[in-house]
Amino acid sequence: MAHLTPTPVVEPGQDRTMILNMGPQHPSTHGVLRVLLEIDGETVVRLMPDIGYLHTGIEKTCEAKFYQQVVPLTDRIDYLCPMTNNLCYVLAVEKLLGLEIPPKAQWLRVLLNELTRINSHLVWLGTHAMDIGALTVFLYCFREREEVLKMFEMVSGQRMMTSYFRVGGIALEPPLGFFDRVRDFAGYFPEKVDEYENLLTGNPIWGMRTKGVARMTAEDAIALGATGPTLRGSGVDIDLRRDMPYSSYEKFQFKVPVSQEGDVFARYMCRVQELRESTAIVRQALDGMPEGPIKADAPGIVLPDREKMKTQMESLIYHFKIITEGFAVPAGEVYQAVESPRGEMGYYIVSDGTAKPYRVHMRAACFANLQTLAKMCEGHLLADVVAAIGSIDIVLGEIDR
Amino acid sequence: MPLSPAITDIEQLKNHPAVGRLVGWNPGAIQGVKFDRDEMTIVVDRSAIREACALLREDPGCPFDFLSDVTCVDWYPAEPRFEVVYHLLSIPKKERVRLKVRLNSSSPTIDSLTSVWPGANFFEREVFDLFGIRFAGHPYLRRIMMPEDWEGHPLRKDYPVEGYR
Repeated sequence: MAHLTPTPVVEPGQDRTMILNMGPQHPSTHGVLRVLLEIDGETVVRLMPDIGYLHTGIEKTCEAKFYQQVVPLTDRIDYLCPMTNNLCYVLAVEKLLGLEIPPKAQWLRVLLNELTRINSHLVWLGTHAMDIGALTVFLYCFREREEVLKMFEMVSGQRMMTSYFRVGGIALEPPLGFFDRVRDFAGYFPEKVDEYENLLTGNPIWGMRTKGVARMTAEDAIALGATGPTLRGSGVDIDLRRDMPYSSYEKFQFKVPVSQEGDVFARYMCRVQELRESTAIVRQALDGMPEGPIKADAPGIVLPDREKMKTQMESLIYHFKIITEGFAVPAGEVYQAVESPRGEMGYYIVSDGTAKPYRVHMRAACFANLQTLAKMCEGHLLADVVAAIGSIDIVLGEIDR
Repeated sequence: MPLSPAITDIEQLKNHPAVGRLVGWNPGAIQGVKFDRDEMTIVVDRSAIREACALLREDPGCPFDFLSDVTCVDWYPAEPRFEVVYHLLSIPKKERVRLKVRLNSSSPTIDSLTSVWPGANFFEREVFDLFGIRFAGHPYLRRIMMPEDWEGHPLRKDYPVEGYR
């Protein structure tokens, strides 16, 4: 929130340009993004994003919490993909601890992460299309998103701030009927994606608003730190799930959609194809779900089962100690990255050997992706700025933290 | 999987593409290496960081062409107080490396990487805003998260969690 002073490039008197303020309450800026535009007629000469309106100091707060207390904070960074943030954080702490996670917990994490990706992409598709003027898609997307949120509610009791993963496993067994519901959803969801595509992909108006708009080359995307579909839309074939697998992703078969054009339409195609691939991963996770425990065998770190706590003295002591003192994590540092719906979500955690993290830093995908906006828009039409913002799929909670 | 002890002997770690490249370029610029939990950390001298990054970026064998992240750790009250941490990724080779630069609290200034990766811009502004590290050669070094007139740098360890009242 730097309170930028808008100074035109050209001095007054001979000025051809004007400053236009967009946001932070503009409906197409998806939250509280403020964009300062210097325009020459309809053409954008300069674009400066101004962020920080949602800065809540989460990284500072983490330093005052026990390791297990940080999990709910991670939800609130990116409220559209809470499970991805949960996963990235717990993986980082587990790496610090050197903890082995049972296969069932890993597969459940994969299953829920792909549902999260579907949820996030549905919100993106609905709002992105709405920004450009295709209102109907929004209603269709939110219809399916509601079903995903109900599944989240089933497992965690919460629709959005799930906090379902724990260091050492996951919080609870999924309830009865959960897997049937997911299977049902995975069965009919591809048809729904066809429905969205019928509305948009071949639609000439959609094509005119997106094809050739806000182009970015692969070199620019890499230099500016773009990741995820924003990078893959420019033809760079990298997906951390496939290339640097975590949480058993190496056991799943899926394609990584890549488009070469680097425009808004290319990024749209990448994400829509990802919806289909995610559904395929969900189905594989359901079919191959291993049996076994959902928590690691680490008494001082993982909370004991309720039943054991009431019958065994040791379990009660461990429970009391974890809640009151936390658990000490060996000194060291790790950087764990996962492929969030928006790109590379990374957690850099430094431990000094105590029960509270010394430093937690979140590498937010949108924070870096937002830097590409100026490259995409400068020299192009003002009306395309809205399409460009939508196409990089920003979440301000994650950018500002 | 129990943790194996960290390796800090530079001779054992020369096979890593980034370590090998930097040792071949200027052994004096490396202040230390550590291989811990499958992650490579190289502590680089303050004056060499920009050239080291430019070198790693253009490495023909394993180009670390992507800057994932820039952040900082405050070790107050120890000296050198600050550690600026860079995470580099090689997109062709899927390899990561962490570079670190230690800075004293008396002159927390370091070369900006914006000439190597323009994407360092926001990251360095964030570190400047929240830690007060100055990046020489940055095109627009202003606060990014906090208001322009904010006092102090909130992520420093001597800044109270609840803020100044």
